[in-house]
Amino acid sequence: MPSDDAVQSDLEQQGVFFSTLNRFYNWGRRSSVWPMAFGLACCAIEMMATGLSRYDLARFGAELFRASPRQADLMIVAGTVTKKMVPQVVRLYNQMPEPRYVISMGACATSGGPFRDGYNVVRGIDLYIPVDVYVPGCPPRPEALLHALMTLQSQIDRQNLKQVRWYGKKARPQSQDFPVPSYGPHGLEIDGKLVDPVGSLPLISSYSSPMEGEQRRDQIEHPELVRVFPDMERELREETSASYAEALEGEDQHVRR
Amino acid sequence: MSDDNSELSARQRDEARAALQRDLPFALSPSGSFPSPEGGPDLLATSDIVVEAQQIAAVARYLRASLNYIYLSNITAVDLLAHGCFELVYHFYRLSGGPALTIKTRLPREKPELPSLTPFWPGAAFQEREAYDLFGIVFKGHPDLRRIYMWDEFEGFPMRKDFVRQGDKYLSE
Amino acid sequence: MLSTDELQINIGPQHPSTHGVFRLLTRLEGETIIELTPVFGYLHRNHEQLGEANSYLQNMPFTDRLDYFNSMANNHAYALAVEKLAGIEVPERAEYIRVIMVELTRILNHAGAIGFLFNDMGAWQTQLAFSMREREKILDLFEMVSGARMMCNYFRFGGVVRDLPPEFLPALQDLLEAMPAFIDELERLLSENEILLARTQNIGILPKELAISYSVTGPMLRASGIPYDIRKAEPYSIYDRFDFDIPIGSVGDVYDRFLVRIEEMRQSRRILLQALEQLPDATGSHINPKARQNVRPPVGDAYTRIESPKGELGFYLVSDGSTKPYRYKIRAPSFINLTPLGDLCRGHKIADVVVILGSIDIVLGEVDR
Ligand code: SF4
Repeated sequence: MPSDDAVQSDLEQQGVFFSTLNRFYNWGRRSSVWPMAFGLACCAIEMMATGLSRYDLARFGAELFRASPRQADLMIVAGTVTKKMVPQVVRLYNQMPEPRYVISMGACATSGGPFRDGYNVVRGIDLYIPVDVYVPGCPPRPEALLHALMTLQSQIDRQNLKQVRWYGKKARPQSQDFPVPSYGPHGLEIDGKLVDPVGSLPLISSYSSPMEGEQRRDQIEHPELVRVFPDMERELREETSASYAEALEGEDQHVRR
Repeated sequence: MSDDNSELSARQRDEARAALQRDLPFALSPSGSFPSPEGGPDLLATSDIVVEAQQIAAVARYLRASLNYIYLSNITAVDLLAHGCFELVYHFYRLSGGPALTIKTRLPREKPELPSLTPFWPGAAFQEREAYDLFGIVFKGHPDLRRIYMWDEFEGFPMRKDFVRQGDKYLSE
Repeated sequence: MLSTDELQINIGPQHPSTHGVFRLLTRLEGETIIELTPVFGYLHRNHEQLGEANSYLQNMPFTDRLDYFNSMANNHAYALAVEKLAGIEVPERAEYIRVIMVELTRILNHAGAIGFLFNDMGAWQTQLAFSMREREKILDLFEMVSGARMMCNYFRFGGVVRDLPPEFLPALQDLLEAMPAFIDELERLLSENEILLARTQNIGILPKELAISYSVTGPMLRASGIPYDIRKAEPYSIYDRFDFDIPIGSVGDVYDRFLVRIEEMRQSRRILLQALEQLPDATGSHINPKARQNVRPPVGDAYTRIESPKGELGFYLVSDGSTKPYRYKIRAPSFINLTPLGDLCRGHKIADVVVILGSIDIVLGEVDR
């Protein structure tokens, strides 16, 4: 079997096709990714535009938006995830059959975006479910979503059937359910513990990508670690006063001379 | 053009004030029942009609029955923390057109209660629930006063000025 | 005699027909709705609180994200409110550019709404594809002037951010010439299809008196037979210079609401043609050169409203004399238009709920804010 990609594509041009099971299987999966019809906010409109005639997601085999999570491979989190919506999003994700993928579309789903500091807004969906591809933009253009899908397809291509959890004899068909947060008096709770206080920063860390085992990263974000932006005005002031002092110095010399 | 509009709305306001003075004099609120903070801006100063909070339903029904303001468009709650009160702003319209008639009323922050307009204008239902959810203002007589945006278990009223906030946006506060 | 039990069904928040994350709790007797309660808040993004932490100009892009179909209309309402508060004049040319943008938005919104109606009734995406094709053409124009497809952030206090590029007006002319064919096609699809007629006529009737007491605005109010359009009732901007009609319905059902929308698209086209004619004579530039963008309005309050495609969109601002609004309240049309939903659906079949909901034309970004 040719392992060399160049030889293989040469042969393919002649009409001879070789494949490994792995490659064949992944080719099948990547060519018909079925996304879930799951729009949350503004980004969903661009997601719809991507699916329709002008951008035509069907060229990539992903035009079949399914209304049920049981029939979907891909969840495109398109829009702002609010604290009130998180339990539903996680539950939907848990209901999707494996292998499953997540594209976090737009600034909101990735980090909270423009609404990051709102009391009801989640600062990134990766605090609750693992994400494969992030798309920046507010909203991302349809082309960006297409690129995200292509990125996902190349990730699928790279998956090795011997290593993935959900294939083969030792398959664990459904990995453990992701914990569904519940509503508490001061924010979202997991197992009775406050994880996402309203009006403050989350107390849990984000998930790593599925390629890296869907583990929580070990850092915990603490409210004390709020980033402090440079005080632009003060710097400007210092700069101006420095140049002012320089000018004054020249003045002094002039007078002295 | 905007001059026309402001003239028109001033005329409407004066007419309505005169009519209320004549027919519902007890409803017009004496201004200055809440203290103004020293140094800060005086947000209570207004040229709009200010009515007694407990009389708001009577005033609104009078406006509808006698002055033809049959369309209740907007209800806004404002938290005037420094003055120790909430202000509620109502905007009414006539169907024949013209600018809004603005009616304001003030409530003490400790006990924000006033009659609901929902029994007379069902269109007020969601707006009153919103003011209840975000500011904790209690509308007596509202058939279904529950939280509308936040979940039921939630404690606190997030739009009040003294609600805790944290994040990059609030660093300067 | 078969007896039926009362059934409770939950629709949403993830449901393809709820136009976003909206939830409906229904109680059914057989297939008939006895009671329907909407549940909000799944997209409550705290616009109003963030608006108090932003400066006046910083809020402009946030208004784009309210009703994300109509960013230009939202911009307009907010710009008007700040201009009223701070006393900023708008030059004539800028007013014309604003009207052109807002009327284009209205066409875009109504085309989308009708596309979604067909979608809700089971014509899965067919009509929607046509509507979106038209939408893309208008979005191209928006991109030409503002650089963004959806979130235009194009208006500024005292005008718009930059002037029309030279290729804009010919492109708009072409679009307007091709438009009647599209609108006629849309109308034929709606009014000549028997299944559609059966599913929309006499469904979800909203009588006049109820419409008023429910504070309903926009095409929904007009479909109930009340000719109230803010562009005529309290003319803002330069709408008193244009000649257009207010279409009204006779029954107030779902069908009427869509006929009104189709007719409004035609009227918007009329306004656009007049605006194109008058634009070359307009004085001033695209923005008032004296208008400062980092405004500091005097202490006071202002309420302005416009006829957005969905109804009365109002902004109520309170200024305490600083660079940020003290209170920033949005009177969202589709939020208040939802109030009668429970009454409209009572007694209808559950399949009609999505059609009635679609005829209200909600956008969750605005409902929940
Ligand atoms: S990223 Fe921007 S466009 Fe997307 S949902 Fe958030 S605010 Fe809307």
